[in-house]
Amino acid sequence: MTQYTIRRLVAAIPVVVGVLIVTFLLARAIPGEPCTAMLGEKATPAVCEVFNREQGLDKPLSTQFLIFARDMMRGDFGNSIRFKRPVSQILIERLPQTIELGAAALAIAVIVGIPLGIISAVKRNSPIDVITMIGANIGVSMPVFWLGLMLAYIFSLLLKDTIFQLPPSGRLSAGLQSIPFYEVFNLEFTAGTFKASLYQFLSNFYIFNSIITADWKILVDTIRHLILPSVALATIPLAIIARMTRSSMLEVLGQDYVRTAKAKGLSQNQVVMKHAFRNALLPIVTIVGLQLGAVLSGAILTETIFGLSGVGRSLYEAITARDYPIIQGFVVVIAVGYVMVNLLVDLSYAVLDPRIQLD
Amino acid sequence: MSLTTEPNPPPVVSLNLLDDPSAGDISDFRSNSLWRLTIRRLFKQRSAVVGMILLSLLVFTAIFASVIAPYDPELVLIGKEDVRKRDAPCIHLLGCPAEKPQHILGIDGNIRDQFSRLIYGTRVSLYVGIITVSFAVIVGTFLGAIAGFFGGIVDNLIMRVLDVVLAFPFLLLAIAIVSVIGPGLRNAMLAIAIISIPVYARVTRASVLSVREMHFIEASRALGASNWQILFGRILPNSLPPLIVVATLGIATAILDTAALSFIGLGAQPPTPEWGSMLAIERNQVFSAPHLVFFPGLAIMITVLAFNLLGDGLRDALDPRLVHGGGAAKE
Repeated sequence: MTQYTIRRLVAAIPVVVGVLIVTFLLARAIPGEPCTAMLGEKATPAVCEVFNREQGLDKPLSTQFLIFARDMMRGDFGNSIRFKRPVSQILIERLPQTIELGAAALAIAVIVGIPLGIISAVKRNSPIDVITMIGANIGVSMPVFWLGLMLAYIFSLLLKDTIFQLPPSGRLSAGLQSIPFYEVFNLEFTAGTFKASLYQFLSNFYIFNSIITADWKILVDTIRHLILPSVALATIPLAIIARMTRSSMLEVLGQDYVRTAKAKGLSQNQVVMKHAFRNALLPIVTIVGLQLGAVLSGAILTETIFGLSGVGRSLYEAITARDYPIIQGFVVVIAVGYVMVNLLVDLSYAVLDPRIQLD
Repeated sequence: MSLTTEPNPPPVVSLNLLDDPSAGDISDFRSNSLWRLTIRRLFKQRSAVVGMILLSLLVFTAIFASVIAPYDPELVLIGKEDVRKRDAPCIHLLGCPAEKPQHILGIDGNIRDQFSRLIYGTRVSLYVGIITVSFAVIVGTFLGAIAGFFGGIVDNLIMRVLDVVLAFPFLLLAIAIVSVIGPGLRNAMLAIAIISIPVYARVTRASVLSVREMHFIEASRALGASNWQILFGRILPNSLPPLIVVATLGIATAILDTAALSFIGLGAQPPTPEWGSMLAIERNQVFSAPHLVFFPGLAIMITVLAFNLLGDGLRDALDPRLVHGGGAAKE
């Protein structure tokens, strides 16, 4: 297992290097000089020359890339042009929001999708199955941005003044503020250290933060704000997971050992959950892992619609504003994270299926 | 030595169709190509039929857009008719006063007939889906075929480069590419096409790998066929079935993703009647004029759904394990 893990990690290196190269080249290929983008009106040729020398932009491209790669490895993403602050600091503020949104969406997709798929497979061709599959087909065809807007319209306008009313944008209601746990507990740390970054990062998960500080008002408000965007984001993964679960279950339910289990007189529940579902899990896990990319892509759209300043929206804004350091840092972090999660999915096969001999 | 001495190799998948009761008797099989069988099986599936009907309607709408649409999609109606910005739909049959001009889906923010724009949008979407996927399929198939056929370093090189493309979340890379080459419908399509190349390359590579080892390839080689003749004349035609399925489903994704790019302002630019950008322009009016957001989105969904249903149907029809389009297993 360890050997396999190491081998897979080594195999991921070329991909990560490729990601670095692509990101580096793309950021430099975006039209417009960084100097003009950064300094605006003040960018005279003389000023730009100094600026380029300071930023190392006068060096050959290959040298620039090596410096870039070294900095990325160290987690030094440079300073944002627009915000004049370290990119890592901005990541600390915004990444938790996207992770929270993505995790909520994936959780909805898995919690609703898998049972729907199982029920559809067990009660094949029943009304439940037919409705689920029609719903799943419509679900995968739904434009996320449209669904988001329609949900906002329904839940914040049509259902206004009912208990179902939900906020159409933002992360917290006006006037509310999430107080970081380290302030509540008077935890001490010096600014700029790893500990400080970690604390800030964790406290930006509002759900986590409000639970450990027992601030139920913030918790409820955060969740209420999270419902619409995460439901919009969950739709496509949910539909795909439900379909995959159904077909995977159907395949397993037709196997001889399932018949044997039934013949032994085991209850329907035991056969379905213990014998069939565990063996149907492998393709389901694969598809759930693959949905992560879809969730990240969807987050860009969902965050734009619901006025959330997470990673997706920040990245989109950075591209429009040619804020290279943000583009590079965010893209690398997202892509590397994505590669790592897919690696985890691969490794989880061994845990789920003991027949797979990894090394 | 010419290749004509060799009889047509039987398509790989159809061999297995012999077990399929719907495939008919053996003489039927000989006179029928895989495609005729596939089409017959396709028509037996309800969802595929629904997909085909929807698609025919869409194609019909696209071809006859100028006949169906009551107005020019880019015609601004100021001074021509008594309508106001973002007027709600007015349908005479549903009680809209007869003296008012009929606009069955209302008026958009630039005082144009929304229905006409929606109709012309069909052309844009079908064009986007088909062109994008064709480009990606041609490049992807070529790369995948070479990788699978020659193996070794070539294979490794091509597939690792494509792995990098897959390492990025789809829309993220599309946005980055479009920001490099500049916004616009064509560039958005190019970006989506580039990003979908790995999928087609992988599918082609996988089937090339499996077909490569078959006996009729060996026979071709014995007859003196060159590598390229074998690859393009023998292997690729037999790798088509999975590719067709993935491409059909790919059209759906391409339409959806191009609409998403247009939605964030990187794809089609106004006044092009593209559904994603129509929706984007009016998104802040969703509370006051929901019809301007609802219908373009619905149109995207129906189009994507049509391709998805057809793609699923094709997969089932071409999958030798499935009998009568049901699930893989019988209880």
